[in-house]
Amino acid sequence: MIRRFAIAFTSLLLLAAPVFAQPPAGQSEFVPVNGIPENEKLPAAPLLVVAYAVFLVLMVGYVWTVWRRLSKVEAEMHALEQRTMKGGR
Amino acid sequence: MRKLFPVLAAVTAIVFATTPFLIANAPYESTMLLIQKIFYYHVPSWVAMYCGLGVCAVGSVLYLFKDSRAGDRYAEAAAELIVVFAGNGLISGPLWARKAWGVWWQWDARLTIALLVWLIFVAYLMVRKYGGPGSEKLAAAVGIFGAAVSPFLYFSVTIWRTIHPPTSVVPDIIENPKGMAAPLLVSMLAFVLLFVLLLNLRVRLAERQDALDDLYLTLED
Repeated sequence: MIRRFAIAFTSLLLLAAPVFAQPPAGQSEFVPVNGIPENEKLPAAPLLVVAYAVFLVLMVGYVWTVWRRLSKVEAEMHALEQRTMKGGR
Repeated sequence: MRKLFPVLAAVTAIVFATTPFLIANAPYESTMLLIQKIFYYHVPSWVAMYCGLGVCAVGSVLYLFKDSRAGDRYAEAAAELIVVFAGNGLISGPLWARKAWGVWWQWDARLTIALLVWLIFVAYLMVRKYGGPGSEKLAAAVGIFGAAVSPFLYFSVTIWRTIHPPTSVVPDIIENPKGMAAPLLVSMLAFVLLFVLLLNLRVRLAERQDALDDLYLTLED
């Protein structure tokens, strides 16, 4: 009976451990550094370039879609106004 | 505002042009090194997204309760910009995380709520596009709901323990300048100016679409 109880209690403890485990706290401040190891610079560079390139592509793409939609609406409006003027005559 | 548009565009372009130089000259962070420089476009992108949330919430409330068509136009324009700026944040974040955390994505509170906000505004745009007549009112309610989620997004890093850096990183940089404040503040200004510029451009499109709809209605009568 005691053995069963001990097994059940140990199992419960083992199950509870991951539930109550907390992730490590995030970094709370940024500290500048002067000496940078050369090998640290290279792996991050492509990710950095991609991040800035994505922003540029997103913005250019968005402005292009607004411009295209605006041109379409203006063309439709012009055609409609022409039709109204012809109908009026 | 139409007369101010070229001036605003020029000022935004000038401020944006200075950011690469400021970011390049900013000091490296002690643990993250080069990859931390994503921060200078990542955080301002979310700042612009929060501006969008504010505009969308106010515009949606004005449209729902005062039937303001201008409010609806601003809300629609802001919702599109929320999707664009949050989309940029959701791409640049994982690019930073891959180097800083060793993984592209973590299902922690901040990242999950950010994705949720983005999805809510994608839903807003889909409701407007495919919802049929009267979908503007439904979309306005979705917009208010999306804005209501934003405090959870902002405070998620203080409420829950996440691996995402807390919001205190930004005031810490601004209050204790270590050469990182100028690039961050100028980038934030550039993104807010870009937001205002794009908002005006998108509102202009909405105005012309409304004018076209009115013209069709006049012709039908």
